Amino acid sequence: MDGDRVRHWESLCVEEQPPACAAACPMHLDARTMLEKTAAGDFAGAFAVFARHIPFPAIVAHVCDHPCEPACRRGERGGAVAIGRIERAIVEEAYVGSRRTVQKNRRAKRVAVVGAGLAGLSAAHDLAVRGHVVAVYEADVRPLERLHRDYPPEVLPPSAIEADLGGLARLGIEIHCRARVGVGDGPIDLALLIETHDAVLVALGPGPAAGFAAILPLADDGRIAADPDTCATGVAKVFSTGRLGDAVDGYSPIRAIHDGRRAGGSIERFLQGASLTAARSDDGSAESRLHVNVEAHPPVAPVVPADPARGYRRDEAMAEAARCFPCHCLECVKVCEWLGFWGSNPKRYVREIYNNDCIVMGNRKSNRMIDGCTLCGLCGEVCPTGLDMSEVVLAARRSMVARGKMPPSHHEFALLEMAAARAPTATLARHRPGRTRSATLFFPGCQLSGSLPGLVERIWDHLDDRIAGGVGLWLDCCGAPAHWAGREGMVEAATAGLRTTWENLGRPGVVTACSSCRVMFEGFLPEIAITSLWECLAAVGLPAGSAAAGGPLAIHDPCTTRGRPEVQRAVRDLAGRLGLKLRELGGPELSTCCGFGGLSRFADREVAERIVTRRVGEDPADFLAYCATCRDAFARAGKRTAHLAELIFSDPARPDPAGRADPGLSARRRERAALVRRLKRERWGEAMAEPEPTIELEISDEVRLDMERRLILVEDVVAVITEAEATGRRLVDPATGRRIASRRVGEVTFWVDYAVRGGGFVLARAWSHRMNVEAAR
Amino acid sequence: MSETIPAQAPNLVCTTCDRPLVIGPVRASYLGQTFPVDLPHCPGCGFVYVSPDLADGRMLKVEQALEDK
Repeated sequence: MDGDRVRHWESLCVEEQPPACAAACPMHLDARTMLEKTAAGDFAGAFAVFARHIPFPAIVAHVCDHPCEPACRRGERGGAVAIGRIERAIVEEAYVGSRRTVQKNRRAKRVAVVGAGLAGLSAAHDLAVRGHVVAVYEADVRPLERLHRDYPPEVLPPSAIEADLGGLARLGIEIHCRARVGVGDGPIDLALLIETHDAVLVALGPGPAAGFAAILPLADDGRIAADPDTCATGVAKVFSTGRLGDAVDGYSPIRAIHDGRRAGGSIERFLQGASLTAARSDDGSAESRLHVNVEAHPPVAPVVPADPARGYRRDEAMAEAARCFPCHCLECVKVCEWLGFWGSNPKRYVREIYNNDCIVMGNRKSNRMIDGCTLCGLCGEVCPTGLDMSEVVLAARRSMVARGKMPPSHHEFALLEMAAARAPTATLARHRPGRTRSATLFFPGCQLSGSLPGLVERIWDHLDDRIAGGVGLWLDCCGAPAHWAGREGMVEAATAGLRTTWENLGRPGVVTACSSCRVMFEGFLPEIAITSLWECLAAVGLPAGSAAAGGPLAIHDPCTTRGRPEVQRAVRDLAGRLGLKLRELGGPELSTCCGFGGLSRFADREVAERIVTRRVGEDPADFLAYCATCRDAFARAGKRTAHLAELIFSDPARPDPAGRADPGLSARRRERAALVRRLKRERWGEAMAEPEPTIELEISDEVRLDMERRLILVEDVVAVITEAEATGRRLVDPATGRRIASRRVGEVTFWVDYAVRGGGFVLARAWSHRMNVEAAR
Repeated sequence: MSETIPAQAPNLVCTTCDRPLVIGPVRASYLGQTFPVDLPHCPGCGFVYVSPDLADGRMLKVEQALEDK
């Protein structure tokens, strides 16, 4: 896989972008997680999240100017979540002080901080946690004097300040009060501090800064001149805050704390000899790129505290926290069973798929995940940035095939099916009998030919009747299974064969009943003018006797019609002419796959069955499909589903098309070949012998369905029994008289458990495995 | 695959040899890997029996693990 493309795909997914609240908070508090824990009543857990980001949890809970709230997306649906009030409730319920401990640091340095405001103490906190020896010098009688001065005790209780200062003391920070630092005079000389410490942070407002002008040049605003991004002054080892806390819109405690964090981060980089600018991620408030479908959430008004002065009680805080959506994108995961099944998001899937691709030795754990995707493209349709996982998955499959790392079991059956559908016994490409040219070729697709062979003839006759110049018939496989399996060489061989056939027939236009075939022709045989049967029928008109009016049907569009509204419109037009009342399943553009696409059904039956189960549960009405594979997949799941062609070309002998059972893999394969023989015999007068009847074998519906799931064909079972009975090489259960035999075909061993009844046999069970077992020599 | 192998041989008789199956060593191979395993087989002709439970269970897991190597 191409690494640049992988990085591009990864960059498209926004699910792991921070939510708006965390992006707006200068400290990037993970409010989403904090609120989830609060809503669940886990106040201790919520406090742990709060204190992990915020060095002074008690103070911030009381005085934060919460820039998160104006950014909160709930604000568009009833009012922003009152995160500030909830923080206060969390602190009141579960305050245990900061749990941060001092890290071991073998290269601990000495740092002096001038000024015990929020910025200076925030930097002191972060540097002390890193294991440095930090001394703070404050001219006032106590630290955080500004907070005492600016906030009345009912807003910020002094006990809250004391509690957080206690946390700093536990980190070993020495705070010296009444310790005015000066230049050249007074007890503590700045020059001496610089000389005796590895770094010095000056964390002062604009007033006191003027006193340091002899050493530290001032900026135009009267503050110490410092780089706004790194807080570095022009003097070696000296850093300065004071550029963020007093923003143009007034003092912001949280910005002051962030100012200190940024300065502390710079000092840590400086002490380690690292770049002050490389790969910084502490740039404060930002806008979030996370997409949130806000409209999906009904508006809910904020919880009003019973006592506004006291703030939220525990239950009020929980109720308010529950108003958090929470913000996620996951638009694709919501609509796709495959994406949901693996429990994560596309960004991670892309990375996992790439990692899987890069493994040289070891287990490729994502093989099944990669091969479970139906390639339906619905994710790309709903993604706000257009990330289409089918592109990622197809690239991965092609790479697996190219490197010989595709698990053989995943696609072998489907590719053998494709080979059977392309065999001379199952294919035909001819002008109408008696004609030497065709204006159009009808290409029903191998699934319709197998599922409804009689219908193929009727459609063909109707088209030939309505289209001047005659319609030829082309029974073949378009090569879609090879494309889905990532087998580029096989696709090339199949489409080259199709091209030659088409050229030999005089390069006519092609009408197909299968939307997957249409996509394949458009992609790999663009020189062929291809139209869907439905657009063609809408143009040439319906046959006489079409009369299908009945109860409402829920219409399922094949996923391969996505982006082809002309086909979807034509189908609805035809249904309207038949008098059908249709119900939409979320609209044609949001159609899901039936599990056959991408060969999902063959590589990961569990996921494919989930996809079908979800789809058929979307509407209790009978379904209307216009793809033979979709129709049969839903019928197999017990959903009554009619094929549009069966309603247009109604057959009195089949009064209930929606109730028709899934013919199954064996019958489809058999019927394709039978159709070719019948056509050659009846239309062209060729002598076509029918195959010799084989053994008489009875298979119950239950066993037949089990075989279908296991991808075991009736012909496989017949071959096992025929050989066992001919050679006598089998086992017998003396208690029941039942016989058990096996036969290896290619890479698969088929087992059959059967009984003898009259002149035939009754199948009890069939199973298979790929491992070869032999007697030890 | 040992945990899914029955302690006793299934009550099956090889029709060719008219002998009951016994549990014993056989060779299992897939994707170029071969390893010994104890399975029911005919002591006469060596016909090895793989039960549906074994095929659907441990044997399938081993096949998948080898395919993912």
